[in-house]
Amino acid sequence: MGPASIIFMFMQAIEKVGLAEEGVHKTNTALQWGIILFIFIPISAGLVIFGYYALKGEYDKLPED
Amino acid sequence: MNQEPQQSSIFKVIGASSLGTLIEWYDFYIFGSLATIIGSQLFPADAGASALINTLAIFAAGFIVRPFGALVFGRLGDLIGRKYTFLLTLVLMGGSTFLIGLIPSYSSIGYAAPILVLILRLVQGLALGGEYGGAATYVAEHAPANKRGYFTSWIQTTATGGLFLSLGIIVLTKNILGAEAFADWGWRIPFLLSILLVGVSIYIRMKMHESPMFTKLKTEGKVSKNPLKDSFANKANFKMVLLALFGATMGQGVIWYTGQFYAQSFLENTCHVDFNDSRYILLWGIAFATPFFVIFGSWSDKVGRKWIMLTGMLLGVIFYRPIYQVFLDDTDVSKIEQKDIQEVGNPVITRTALTGTADSLITTSSTVILLNGASFQKIQSHTQYADVSKTPTVLPEVYKDKKLSTGVFWKFVGLIFFQILLVTMVYGPIAAFLVELFPTKIRYTSMSLPYHVGNGVFGGLVPFIATLIASFSGAMPLSGLWYPIGIAALSFIIGAIYLSNKKPDHSEAETESI
Repeated sequence: MGPASIIFMFMQAIEKVGLAEEGVHKTNTALQWGIILFIFIPISAGLVIFGYYALKGEYDKLPED
Repeated sequence: MNQEPQQSSIFKVIGASSLGTLIEWYDFYIFGSLATIIGSQLFPADAGASALINTLAIFAAGFIVRPFGALVFGRLGDLIGRKYTFLLTLVLMGGSTFLIGLIPSYSSIGYAAPILVLILRLVQGLALGGEYGGAATYVAEHAPANKRGYFTSWIQTTATGGLFLSLGIIVLTKNILGAEAFADWGWRIPFLLSILLVGVSIYIRMKMHESPMFTKLKTEGKVSKNPLKDSFANKANFKMVLLALFGATMGQGVIWYTGQFYAQSFLENTCHVDFNDSRYILLWGIAFATPFFVIFGSWSDKVGRKWIMLTGMLLGVIFYRPIYQVFLDDTDVSKIEQKDIQEVGNPVITRTALTGTADSLITTSSTVILLNGASFQKIQSHTQYADVSKTPTVLPEVYKDKKLSTGVFWKFVGLIFFQILLVTMVYGPIAAFLVELFPTKIRYTSMSLPYHVGNGVFGGLVPFIATLIASFSGAMPLSGLWYPIGIAALSFIIGAIYLSNKKPDHSEAETESI
């Protein structure tokens, strides 16, 4: 899901910025999608790492305090 | 062991922590609730420029910086102690909120106004990022292991309590001053009031002792030298941070913000329910549901935290669409029949010149009162061209400021109550859950980050992303709900598979306070 979500976000950003009217509206749309990508790309990367750990069985036995 | 002084001592700890946390939530929420007025007062009138700056200040700053605040203050809290760190966050939050109330308008100081708002909003977000982890950790480290869920659930009431307080003070101030005075200068009052509340809380917190578990750690020389590295570069701990985020706080965050913020925004902006009605509905829903934070937190001590939280997420996935469909259906006045109308008020006609042309927008609005006690504004507009040979363009009828009938009002209160009940299920046990996942020496750092990413990012962006989805071509009014539904479903699946439903060990019910 992590890689899929990254690809999906980039595609949406490109589409929505491309559809925006020229001028301030396009800049504003680009800014909003830039912020979304800035926030969610690292989180999606974290999801990839989580998936990797899960597949390796790291969560089969949780650590004790 | 004497139970009464212990109980009394813990409740003093809870009271001191909760009051400050509640005020910090209040400070954070009044900004969001008053964003439109702040935008009109402190931002340039030119729509283009204000759209950009507004986006940065209001949308991005407050939520995005919360995880950074979690890292900065979490680290500080694990290095120097919980008490002084979340005293610092309280001072920062209170100070920045008070100063927002003092910023002169854009017409007085120009672009300095929105820039100052942005900086102060950043400070608010950073402070909040540090507050919750400290308060929850502080209370948890005073509580006996078998009652950790119960005692920390009191902290969990503060976020909703802060929202309740912010809505209540805003509605009260607006009703006392009137809408015009409130929009002009009265909006500053909720911000300025904050300094009084913060002052009291600082006084109380100054008298508190440091967390006993941290004190013990410090005495033994076991304080982490680098909490960030120990939290996130250590695989054993980092994998728990990821599990906490994707299996719990991510889903909890969207349930929290959908059931409260998005619900109110949906009622006001999509259903066009009257300002006061939409807020009173939420206030009543919060009032009825708040005790359940403590009920579910306490119950989680007996049955475990996992399935209470995950059930809340699952019920959200199942019931959000039907609930919001009811909101839409019961506020749809487009199919009202003549026989249901009691009275139509005299029409008020306004003419607005269209910028850059000689044309005008003619708006006719009238109040329609129904037999069941409901009412709404019916607005018909058309463009009157300067060239009289051109046929006027008639715009679709719009219905706004819908006041609900008594029956529908309380029905909506019930639906909001149910959504907030789900909030109490996911949020009541989660402080204890997060505290129990991480060792004392890096607890503040480790629990703060997944909490604020889950709530600040996933949850805080619910209104924005849901609105964005609803604006896509082919989208329906309920399309925005796919975001919280999808995130909650993912979190439910991950949590169901990978979270442990560890029950507290009642055979060792010893207090952890000194």
